Amino acid sequence: MAVKVIIPTPLRPYANRQESVEFDARTVGEALAGLTTEYEELRKHLYTDDGKIRSFVNVYLNDEDIRYLQKENTQIKDGDTISIVPSIAGGSAAPAAGR
Amino acid sequence: MSAIKNSILAEPHSYPAAAVGVSVLDRIGNTPLLRLSRVGREFPEVEFYAKAEWFNPGGSVKDRPALNMILEGERSGQLRPGKIILDSTSGNTGIAYAMIAAAKGYHVELCLPASATVERKRILAAYGAELVLTPGDEGSDGAIRRVREIYAADPDKYFYPDQYSNAANWRAHYQTTALEIWEQTRGRLTHFVAGLGTSGTFVGVTRRLKELNPAIRCISLQPDSAFHGLEGWKHMATAIAPKIYDPSLADDDLPVRTEDAYKMVKRLAREEGLLVSPSGAAALAGSFQVAKALPRGQRAILVTLFADSGDKYLSERFWEED
Repeated sequence: MAVKVIIPTPLRPYANRQESVEFDARTVGEALAGLTTEYEELRKHLYTDDGKIRSFVNVYLNDEDIRYLQKENTQIKDGDTISIVPSIAGGSAAPAAGR
Repeated sequence: MSAIKNSILAEPHSYPAAAVGVSVLDRIGNTPLLRLSRVGREFPEVEFYAKAEWFNPGGSVKDRPALNMILEGERSGQLRPGKIILDSTSGNTGIAYAMIAAAKGYHVELCLPASATVERKRILAAYGAELVLTPGDEGSDGAIRRVREIYAADPDKYFYPDQYSNAANWRAHYQTTALEIWEQTRGRLTHFVAGLGTSGTFVGVTRRLKELNPAIRCISLQPDSAFHGLEGWKHMATAIAPKIYDPSLADDDLPVRTEDAYKMVKRLAREEGLLVSPSGAAALAGSFQVAKALPRGQRAILVTLFADSGDKYLSERFWEED
């Protein structure tokens, strides 16, 4: 499944300054693994040393926080969008406008 | 330190003599200086103190600069009855503007990312602020761009304090926070440690403390990376530096990792009975770095500042994790 991963502004320097990257993946975890394999430097910003997504990093599939779905095992549909959003906009920040 | 404790108990804040009761605005500032007696016990030579800024009526340190920017706007004539206070913020400054403006009879318009939490939007709306939501994926930059457009289209209609560039921000701390710290420690402090956001707290307190005693070491703290979870703090190397920021004031500048702040949030709650925000806990985590670097046996009286309480951060994921 083709999925678009939107890179947050502070992390773009570690991803060739791209706003988003497309991957083929079945789950959110696979897409993020693809991202951090292609852009190795992103890994330490997104994951702890023992491989967990850092506590302040919120991951959304379209408009839904994956912690309320099946976390990294959440299945992806063709054309989905994954957003990576630090929680500094105050708690559970949704990436889309109008929420 | 019982003398300090007693003095606070013996001398409650002085209110205007003529007033029966006080305005909510009179309760801004004069926050308690808390002694942290348990959490820092690994550093027996160091006394740790923190200004409990959530005792401000709007719940954060931002009441101080917001009030001073509004008073300064009135003094300079830029803010007059009928004008609308306009700024971009999803955080504590917005809450402070909204509260103060309500108490003084001004309207407030705030641009904020749609991604701000429901609780924040409701607090702002409860005080009567008008909210202009900007696309969540553009973050605070989107809100800043929008506020500049709105102001440029009709500058006579608005008062735009711009906390990043307004000297009344750091002067609030120069005039109040720093003197409170000086009096509450009876001038005995040796170190002041604070995080950088607009930099108003660090710049204002440091300028005044260095005048009172140039030997006081003043250390600024920043997130360890541009990508962090410390609301209100800025990674200066990658951010648009605030105009009021003066990096030359700091004797040292230390990075704090978000996870260390989260651990400290839990420790402060469980060991001191203090539920503070991640940025407040980060200030103490940075203070411990300062303590750790002291020569063995050197005594120190270290003061930091807890900008707000943990109430607005209870939905964050770190509570569910180790």
